[in-house]
Amino acid sequence: MSEVPRELRDEIPSFDDGPTHHDHGPIDWTGLTSIRGAKSALEIGTIIAIAIGVFFGLEAILRLSDTPTYIFPKPTGVVAALTDDFQLQYAHHLWVTLQEFFIGYAIGSTIGLILAAVITQKPFVEKVVAPYIIILVVTPMVALVPFLRVSLIQGVDMWPIIVAVALASGPMVLINAATGFRRTDLAKIALARSYGASTLQVFRKIRFPLALPMIIVGYMIGAIFGLLTAIGGEMVSASEEGGLGRQLIYFSALIRMENFGAVLMIIAALGISIYVVFYFIGKRWASWES
Amino acid sequence: MSPVEGTAKLEIRGATKTYEAKTGPVHALQDFSLEVAAGELVCVLGPSGCGKTTLLWAMAGLHALTRGEISLDGSPITGPRPVEIGMMFQDANLLPWRNLRKNIELPFEIKKRPVDKGRIEVLLKEVGLDGFESSYPRELSGGMQQRASIVRALAPDPGVMLLDEPFGALDAFTRDEMNLLLMRLWSETSKTIVFVTHNISEAIFLADRVVVMTPRPGRLARIFDIELPRPRTVDMTFEPEFIELIQEIKRTVESGARHTVEVE
Repeated sequence: MSEVPRELRDEIPSFDDGPTHHDHGPIDWTGLTSIRGAKSALEIGTIIAIAIGVFFGLEAILRLSDTPTYIFPKPTGVVAALTDDFQLQYAHHLWVTLQEFFIGYAIGSTIGLILAAVITQKPFVEKVVAPYIIILVVTPMVALVPFLRVSLIQGVDMWPIIVAVALASGPMVLINAATGFRRTDLAKIALARSYGASTLQVFRKIRFPLALPMIIVGYMIGAIFGLLTAIGGEMVSASEEGGLGRQLIYFSALIRMENFGAVLMIIAALGISIYVVFYFIGKRWASWES
Repeated sequence: MSPVEGTAKLEIRGATKTYEAKTGPVHALQDFSLEVAAGELVCVLGPSGCGKTTLLWAMAGLHALTRGEISLDGSPITGPRPVEIGMMFQDANLLPWRNLRKNIELPFEIKKRPVDKGRIEVLLKEVGLDGFESSYPRELSGGMQQRASIVRALAPDPGVMLLDEPFGALDAFTRDEMNLLLMRLWSETSKTIVFVTHNISEAIFLADRVVVMTPRPGRLARIFDIELPRPRTVDMTFEPEFIELIQEIKRTVESGARHTVEVE
């Protein structure tokens, strides 16, 4: 019966003659957690040793070659620049970037999630909407910020960047969540229905939990794209409040490379934080998948 | 053993189901009629694709028939009847994101009924799963998952159980163990059971009557009354009487297959 097309097998479960397997769709959860959580002391030690080696190795090379700071800042210089005047030079801009990121991300991801749940109910709607989602996914929303600032949302506030963040993160959540909602496990839906479940109960008890791992993946990718867009948006057209992206431009224009390096460190820390947060969310809510 | 007119628990009359597939209509089930008495254990046997799951899903009210009618206690089945009918699916069909207890509580949750903790505890003990309540399905063996699935189906105490090849994915030993467990639980209650399988010896081992279906489109080929004494044991499956029955039923299944090939 293996030649029976997939659509038909969905309709007539009896025609599948092999034992039904736990097929939860083409998701490779390991992509998100490929850097495994449980590490041995040796692994952790090695990771720290590499970090220390790179830090001091770079320091030594730059000192021995007498490279000027404006060509390449020394790691110790960057750390000093970071800790020296954190409150004045970075804290405010970090706060601006975080606001733009979180507001835009909250709006974009919420709309993306709701749209995903709605459009996957009707294959026709999904097929019609798909090309437009692809356009949103592949368009770098950073490029929209200057346009938004002079055209649609005139002004010098954070809104053009917030909108760009929403437009960057929303489609990522949408496209992944839609993949999740499309994973209809007919046997499990039938199980719920045999207990008299309503459409809403089927959604809450079966479809949503089944989609949750993909929704989390979407939220993580959306967060990373949102952060990139916030920083990039500030680089091309910041609000009068500034932001980490504008500080990059500012410090490089002044050839203050140690400060520039310090801003980069903060941005990297934000990215790593996103990864760590989603690592634990995935572990808590989606570990049944692996 | 065939029920007397008017006393049937389940009544299937002229059940016919046709699917529209891309390649044209698929006749899954044709003019199938059967009566099942209260407290009876009937096995529906047929090759893969003969429409037995289609039949069972229609009995569970999960999809409508193209023609014909199925009624339970005299009232036609038009949708799921969660209070009266419990369904077990191919493989254990547990929700992997819920632990055992949460899986077993699912029917109560959906029906918004208070969880019958005492009954669940007794059942868990009976199938040897007490102490595994907080385990997740992936941490359990296939047999244990299947036992949890039995507990989930029995916990809300339905009068009718519909089982769709529930043990098809298990190895032979575990399957025997599950069949014995099922018969023990059945003999302790007075449930009406319709059990779909493509395994002849499993069908004979369990059933009061074995209903043999022809390959697609599924029609009734023949009904065998199984008069083996109860309680049944695995040893019985090696008796000549049992093996004779297997051969006779096998011949019926095969002649049904040849018949269909000739027609086509």
